[in-house]
Amino acid sequence: MSDSIISISGLNKWFGEFHVLRDINLDVASQERIVICGPSGSGKSTLIRCINRLEEHQEGSIIVDGTELSHDIKDIDSIRREVGMVFQQFNLFPHLTVLENCTLAPIWVRKLPREEAETQAMGYLERVRIPDQANKYPGQLSGGQQQRVAIARSLCMHPKIMLFDEPTSALDPEMIKEVLEVMVDLAQSGMTMLVVTHEMGFASQVADRVIFMDDGQIVEENIPSEFFENPRSDRTKLFLGQILSH
Amino acid sequence: MRVQRIWTDERARGVILQLLLILALLLVLAFIVSNTVANLQRAGLASGYGFLGSTASFDINQRLIQYDSTSTYGRAFVVGGLNTILVACLGILAATIIGFVAGVMRLSRNFFISRIVGAYVEFTRNVPLLIQIIFWWVVILALPKVRDGISFGDTLFLNNRGVRLPAPIIEDGAGIILVALALGIAITWQIARRARKRQDETGQIFPVVRTGFALIIGLPLVTYFLAGSPIDFDIPVAGKFNLKGGFNITPELVALWVALSTYTGAFIAEVVRAGILSVGKGQTEASGALGLRPGLTMRKIILPQALRVIIPPLTSQYLNLTKNSSLAVAIGYQDIVSIGDTIMNQSGQALEVISIYMLFYLTISVLTSLFMNWYNARIALVER
Repeated sequence: MSDSIISISGLNKWFGEFHVLRDINLDVASQERIVICGPSGSGKSTLIRCINRLEEHQEGSIIVDGTELSHDIKDIDSIRREVGMVFQQFNLFPHLTVLENCTLAPIWVRKLPREEAETQAMGYLERVRIPDQANKYPGQLSGGQQQRVAIARSLCMHPKIMLFDEPTSALDPEMIKEVLEVMVDLAQSGMTMLVVTHEMGFASQVADRVIFMDDGQIVEENIPSEFFENPRSDRTKLFLGQILSH
Repeated sequence: MRVQRIWTDERARGVILQLLLILALLLVLAFIVSNTVANLQRAGLASGYGFLGSTASFDINQRLIQYDSTSTYGRAFVVGGLNTILVACLGILAATIIGFVAGVMRLSRNFFISRIVGAYVEFTRNVPLLIQIIFWWVVILALPKVRDGISFGDTLFLNNRGVRLPAPIIEDGAGIILVALALGIAITWQIARRARKRQDETGQIFPVVRTGFALIIGLPLVTYFLAGSPIDFDIPVAGKFNLKGGFNITPELVALWVALSTYTGAFIAEVVRAGILSVGKGQTEASGALGLRPGLTMRKIILPQALRVIIPPLTSQYLNLTKNSSLAVAIGYQDIVSIGDTIMNQSGQALEVISIYMLFYLTISVLTSLFMNWYNARIALVER
């Protein structure tokens, strides 16, 4: 699969004695949208955190857009510049305004002129529908607004790939909707996305593939309609039964 | 309003309790004052600050201003106060540098670095300061005698009489070097402004710190040589019994300085470490995910947030260092307490001397606190 933008093969990772990821093989095509689900502790967050080296893997290879992740700092830097990430806890910088959150990396990493970085940031803030909050501090915003700023902040670096690590798990129900809308919008614009989430509605609406993980392994992967209607393994059936019944 | 209601009324209760407290304090104060006055009268001692104008008739070997045994007690106090301020300023400077470096190093992923710094912090924090001051003093006194002293390139000498450095002798035309230094600072300031503006406009990043260093150090140096070396150095020369020339730092000052800065530095290291750890791991991860290198993450994300946590306890450490410098009395460094002790013995004005101590330390401490609180307010976080 030479046209894949992410290529993971034979990936193994341990936290001390604990084997978190076991023989993961995964290829992601450009513009593909993948939803990863599974019970907590199944290794799904760890998997996407390996893609931008927030976690180091011990065995196997991860190739992102032609560059293999190694101990080479230059390679890690160039991969991180192309991979954006959105966290469960938003992780906005509380001492900077919303606008400064969005311009910091473009100015210091991409070396953009301030005015250009600000214009671009305002563009993305409009896209996530909060341009009027640009001069406030993160502490003054609601959770949903903060998560949308976090998405805009990532987009300001023009990533080719966006990773989402449970982006709506820390939000109130009515705020989940506004964040998901932004993510659907992004998916429709052709962004390559890997999303760890339990929002099955989002999965069936936008995902090209759904991956189910348990115990550090990929148990099942399929297109959403097949995945939800005809799950193959018992483990998947049990999980879907629990998550869809409530 | 009924009487019972006053006791359950939050505000009325607060006012009454405070009035009672003030009354109690006044009674205690009145007792202390009347008792002291009575005792002084019985002992036939005159009170008041008139003694400050009398001749001191003792020598002080460590002095920043003109002083000899014919000077007054008042002047002796000033000499002592300046000596305290000298060691406090030197100590705060060194302790801050040691503390920040050690605090960051203790968080290093390198096992040896973090362990070595950990050992330094634990050892220094857990041995009483007085013992450390005496330890360093003994170390310096145990250095070889002047004749067999250690010399560094025949310009800096280390021996049991302290440290001797070349003393600058200012000649005609030396002023131009000061002008060059001022120019270097001014140009650096301008460059920093221009660099910020240029980065805003074009995005290019200019290495301001490196250039600034080169200018501030280089410009006066070049001027010095171009102007035909207008500052001469009186380099110490080994004589028969003692070093001749140069400028001597006493063993007491060196010992006190080293002890105060390593001791307080260890506490500051812990404060800095706690401050950095108080910034969540998510901040480092988010910054890394955006492509910022660790150095930039530290400068732009971690430290600005950590400082909010670091400043208040750092202020306490500065105040501690200043007040701890009064332990100088143990090794005979002539700080305000040491000199005050002598004055107390000679004049018998114990209360007055102690009141001067208190006023002196209080003034310095309040000034330090005011400055640090102002700085802390400047970097406070906006929420809601």
